[in-house]
Parts: sequence; C-alpha cells; structure tokens
Amino acid sequence: MRKELGITILLLALCVVTTALNPKFLSPTNLVNTANLIGLYGVFSLGAGLVIISGGVDLSVGSLCALTGVLLTLGVSEWHWSWPVAVGGGLLLAALLGAAHGWLVTRARLPPFIVTLCGLLIYRGAARYLAGDRTTGFSGAGEIEELRRIAAGRLFRLTVPSESGAVREWFPGLPAPFVILLILTVGLWFVLHRSVYGRYLFAVGRNEQAARFSGVNTRLVIASAYVIAGALTGLAGILIAFYTNSVVPSNHGNFYELYGIAAAVLGGCSLRGGEGSVPGIVIGTALLLVLQNLVNLLGIDSSLNFAVMGAVVLAGGLLDQWIQRRKLRRASARSPE
Amino acid sequence: MRGPPLLSLHHITKRFPGVLALDAVSLQVNVGEVVALCGENGAGKSTLMKIVGGIFPPDAGVIQIAGATVRIPNAHTALRLGVAFIHQELNVLDNLDVAANVFFGREPRNPLGLVRNRQLYAAAAPLLQRLGVRFCGRTRVSELSLAERQMVEIARALSLEAKLIIMDEPTASLTLAETNRLLALARELQQQGVSVIYISHRLSEVERVADRVVVLRDGRNAGELVGTSRGHDAIVNLMVGRKIRNAYQPPSHERAANFFQVRNARSRRFPEQTVDFSAGRGEILGFAGLVGAGRSEIMKAIVGLDEQGTAELRLAGQDIEVHCPADALRHGVCLVPEDRRAEGLVVDLSVRENLTLPSLQRYATGGIIHRSRERTAVAAQIQSLHIRTPDAETPVGDLSGGNQQKVVLGKWLAQSPRVLILDEPTRGIDVGAKAEIYRLMRQLAGQGTVVLMVSSDMEELLNLSDRIVVMHEGRITGSLNRAECTEANVMRLAVGRTPTSSCVT
Repeated sequence: MRKELGITILLLALCVVTTALNPKFLSPTNLVNTANLIGLYGVFSLGAGLVIISGGVDLSVGSLCALTGVLLTLGVSEWHWSWPVAVGGGLLLAALLGAAHGWLVTRARLPPFIVTLCGLLIYRGAARYLAGDRTTGFSGAGEIEELRRIAAGRLFRLTVPSESGAVREWFPGLPAPFVILLILTVGLWFVLHRSVYGRYLFAVGRNEQAARFSGVNTRLVIASAYVIAGALTGLAGILIAFYTNSVVPSNHGNFYELYGIAAAVLGGCSLRGGEGSVPGIVIGTALLLVLQNLVNLLGIDSSLNFAVMGAVVLAGGLLDQWIQRRKLRRASARSPE
Repeated sequence: MRGPPLLSLHHITKRFPGVLALDAVSLQVNVGEVVALCGENGAGKSTLMKIVGGIFPPDAGVIQIAGATVRIPNAHTALRLGVAFIHQELNVLDNLDVAANVFFGREPRNPLGLVRNRQLYAAAAPLLQRLGVRFCGRTRVSELSLAERQMVEIARALSLEAKLIIMDEPTASLTLAETNRLLALARELQQQGVSVIYISHRLSEVERVADRVVVLRDGRNAGELVGTSRGHDAIVNLMVGRKIRNAYQPPSHERAANFFQVRNARSRRFPEQTVDFSAGRGEILGFAGLVGAGRSEIMKAIVGLDEQGTAELRLAGQDIEVHCPADALRHGVCLVPEDRRAEGLVVDLSVRENLTLPSLQRYATGGIIHRSRERTAVAAQIQSLHIRTPDAETPVGDLSGGNQQKVVLGKWLAQSPRVLILDEPTRGIDVGAKAEIYRLMRQLAGQGTVVLMVSSDMEELLNLSDRIVVMHEGRITGSLNRAECTEANVMRLAVGRTPTSSCVT
C-alpha cells in the first residue's frame, strides 16, 4: 500500500508542476484527452501487470493490439460483419492467443520472454498480411455508430444552452475508455485482492513450488493470467482503433508492450513476480501519460518522449531500491545483532 | 619413518546457534594416506571438512599443515595450501569444455589478455592421462556423466598441485561401475603421494578404500579403526552408542491396522526400486535412513509431486487416485516438505496468507474471500500453535525457523488431515519449538491421523515413532517394532546390513 501512496503523491506533484508551468494542463480539452489516453493504455497495462505478477512478462501487447484492430476494421468495413460479431471475434481471438501463450509457458515450459517475443513477431506479421499492408479504417462500415459511442464517446457530459444560443459546457464528461478502465479496475481489484484466484496468483508468482505443494493448480493459475491479459489487450486494440480511426498495420500499437511493462513496474509490480496491485498499475499508467502530456505542453521536442519516460522509470527504480535498502539498514540497526 | 603429518587438526570446536556442532575434534592425515570419515547424519563430518576447506573458521582449535600452524579464512587459501574440496554438489560449468573447467580462472593468456588455447589443452592432457579418463580437454562438460564430471573436479585439484583431496559423498549418485572407477582412482592418487579424506555412508566402500577410518559421533571423536579391525560392525558400533533419553509415549489406545497402505511406490531417484508399507490409524510411523536413501522422494511420489513417480494408495479401505498435490489434499493426505523456504512457504507473503493457502476455498464464497472469517481462523491458529509473530500480517520470512515450521504445519492442520507426512519436521529449529512440534504430532496421532515422519534425527525417531521403517538406496531394508527400535538396529539397516538376531523384518 505504501508504494501506491508514493506514486500517487508523485503523480499529484507532477500535475501541480505541469499546471504551474503551463495552466493549459487543466483545460477541459487537455484533461479529457489525457483521461482518454489513460483509459486506452490502462486497459492493456492491467493485463501486462497481471502477467508480471504471475512471474512472467508479455511482449506481444502491441502486435496483438494491431491484429485485433485490423480484424475489427476489416470485419466491419470489408467483410460486412455486424459490429457485435467483429468485437466478439476480436476479443475471442485475443483470449485464445493468450491461452496459447499460457499453454506454451506452463506445458511446453518455454520462457515467457520467448513465447511472447514470438507472439510480438507473429501477430505483427499476421496483421500486416491480413490488411495487405495497407491502412484499414471504418469507411464503408455499416451500422457502427452505436459501437463508436461505446468505444469513443463521452459519458456524463453536462451542457446548458447559453443566452447567445450556443451550447455551454458545464462538465466535459468522461471519455468512454476512461470509464471502461474504471470499471475494469474495480473488477480486477476484486479478482486480485479479494478472490481466491488472486491470492493464488500472488503465491504462484513468488514461489511456484510452494504453491504447488499447497495443492494449487499452478499451471491453470499462470495460464489464466495470460488469457486475461490477451482479452484485455484485445479490448484495448478495439478501443484504440476507434481512437486513431484507422489502423496502420505496420506501426499500430508499436511499443505498447513497453508502456505496459513500464506502467506496471512504476506501479509497484516486481519482475520477480508476486508483487504489485491493480491501483498501482493504473496510477503507474496515469503517471506515464501525464509525463508525456508534460513533454507536449512544455514544448519539449517530442522526439525526447521516450527518453523522458525511460529516465523517470529508471529514477523510480533507483528510488525504490534506495528506500528498500534504507529500510533494511534501519531494521538491522534496531535489532541488536 | 616420515615427517610431520600432512594435515593435523587439534581440538577443533565449532558452535552454531543452538548446537555445538564440533566439540574438540582432532584428526590427522599422513602423506599418501586415505582416511575415511564416518558418522551419522549430523555427526559433524561436513562441518569439520568445511573448516578445513575454508568455508568457515573454527571457534577454537589449531589447524596444522605439514607441521606449520595455519589459518584458513577462505576457500582460496585452502587451495593455496594444497587442500582441494570436491563438493557433493559439483562445481563444474557444463557450458564450457573440460580444459576450460580445469584451468578456470587461471587460463594461460597472451599479452592481449586472450586465452592461449593451445597451451591450455596441452596442459590439460597430462592431468587427464594421469586420471585415466576417456574424454579429452576439448570434450564439453555437458556431454559427461556425473562420475566424469567428478573426474574433471579432481583434475582441477591435481592441476593446483593439491596434496589433500577431500571427497564428500563422492559416490552418492554414481553407478556401480563408476563407483569402482572412483575407488580405484583414490588408491592411485594415494600411490602418487596425494592424501584423500573420503566421506561416505557406504561402509563397504570405506572398507575397501580407506587405510584408516575415523568415526565422529555428536561432534566428538568416537574412535579410529585401522587394518583388519575396520569392519562394518566395528564402524557401526562406533557410530552409534550414544545415550538417548527415552521419552517415548506409547499410544493410549489400540490402532486400526492397515488404515493407509502404499504399494509399488516408485520415485524418479530410484526408478528400479519399489516400496510397500502400511500404517495404522493414529500411528506415528518413522522413516529412518541415511541422507540420500530415497525417503523424501518416495513421500513426494505419494502426494503426486513426482511426475515420473507412481504409488498405489489405499486409505480407509478405498483405493485413491493421486496425480497432483490437489488430489492428495482432497483425500486428506498432506505433505510438510523438507525445504521450508523453497517448498513449504512463500516467504514474502504474510503469516495469514501462508496459513490459509491450501484451505482458502473454505473461507470463500463464489471465489471471493471473506476476510473477517479468514482473519478469525488465522488468529485462532496462531494462538493454538503458539506461533510467535508480531501479527498475522508479518511476512513469514521474518519469523524464526521454529515459528516458520509451525506455520507450515498449521497450513495442513486446518485441513484435518487423515495422513500427515512430515519430512524432517524439526531440522534447524530450536529445542523449545521442537517440543511443541512433537506435542502437536502426538496430539494429531491421538485424534486418529496417520503420521509418517521422515527424519535424520535419531533421538526424534526413537522417541516418537510407534514403528520405524528403514530405507537404504531406495528400498526398505527393514521395519522395526517398538521393541526392536534401537539405534544400533536402525543404523545396521540404514547401511544396508541385516539387523541383529533380535530384530525381525
């Protein structure tokens, strides 16, 4: 819990600093846009975090986003699927691929790094081939307005007509991806921190052998983390396709796996497994995106985006180590031996 | 007739928290002599050799090499003094070739700092020839058998011009032919003027290879045997013969026999051996044997933790199928494993999370844990097991060994096990915690649980067991009734001999 508190304070401090340097940070447009991005990235970061807690790592996130994006756009605009079929198909495919990762990790005993690295390469290739390496979009799609509202609309928007007849905005509303993230956060919080499955996941991630000795079906627990991660990534892929409105199969979702890992690690997940929390991952995501926003708002060259992100994750890691070591030293100073 | 002994240890004493591991032990090894070091598990053999090998220093005593008093603060110094230690766990790098291993860290180099390969292989060749091995310097270690890897370690020792080679249980995982080769090699080394300290539980090997047998018992010198006197029985007699306080409590009532039957149990370690035994309701059945006799492996096979192992189980008159620990758990068969930190506990998780891990389902509805119900149950367990912890949320790794062990036990007690298997239940824990664990075991047996206890602690075996099954090299060499349970009988069976006439199998 202390870790989450730490990065929450860091997040708030970052917001204050950004506002002070550029008050535009608090403008409704900017806030809505940032919230939207947090929603989009948060959904797959939760999946990435789950896999990290299980003791593995998922490198296939970006490519899987691209593959579901391509499937969705081609499905509705060229193959004339109805949107529920396209969405259902995309989610199912992503979950099945997650299950394949899980099977390869637990049954074929391949290292997660290799399994998901191959996923990264294969799904990117599949997405490009499927789309003929051309940009796909929603033009020519049938009835998808409802889906667009669900995936990219805004909720709780409050407007009042003003005297001049124009519409004045009281509350800009919450972007749909952000709301979806909030719902998922609550749901996954229960699963991870209140359910039997969640307890097993932490135990398996930290000491698989001891968990197995305790009668936990460790393979099922690990494999299911990959299934959930796959489904979440598929969902993110669909939401992101609506955000970008078109899918360029060669670079759609590039590096998203690294955003996911960075968010999870910033949020307190340990790559040793068995450590981390759902709120932590979400706040970690928010921290990364506010940081990007800061780079934009301060007029820092956007080519430095990744450099800034890397530096912050590195600093976070060093700070954490320093705090841990200080705590250890204090503890050993307290006890007589 | 000759100069000072190569190695002489005088009154070496070593104390670990809670135990006096070595109490004024002395040992001499002459030039070109093979000395066997024997003793029960925990007699202090390994501790003594670790002191000579520079792993840790003695608390008191003098070490002399070739007449000169020395200090051996680390393994490097030991090597410099000509003492090479061949560990039970081999220290070879199997991704490199033989010559690279032999000269690891001392590779001949050219001025650019690159390895002079030709020189390296040329230097390795005579060493390997001296050992009479079939592989060459370019063979990859990954292609070698365990025995051959041991030869690589010995070659490294020779390349360092070691005058004394310590072999700790060198034949524990070797085949018969490999064992013969190693024993012959020990003799050859001796003829070349190298001394050998040979630690082994296998008395027939000791008899064949050693000029002199030194026996330790409870961290003290128990005696020495030379020449024809060094027979099996003489060694066993020196190894045992300790006074054991008899604290056995006979069971309060009759037990239903054959409540739990195990047939054709087979483990990965000894695939060609099968084991059969049965235990009564409320019986404490001890499993004795020397380290590596295959006891833990059989227990793991019983609860489905050995994928290549098998066991046919019958509990309360019904055949049960166990393929994984979850199956075993469903039938009330639980294993408290030997290695607490690796197998028994998730040390970074809290006492609460560890205690409820196997029984979590019962504190949950629809997969969601009732936290108050869990907390209440945990608090009750902490109290009834006397687990000393600041609170239930403390990471279990912060507790003392004894309290950690109580947590491991507590994990299973909540399941009301019908069969509880304990593997070395009191290893590395203090006397007070031991007594509490014994009390718990007796209490469980009194409630009708079958308790199987694998232990290397003779006192514990003799004081708790209603019957003792003894294993040697993967098979059961005998089963002792309460009346036959003596240290001498257990030891004879444990080294693969038949017990004295009073002892029926």
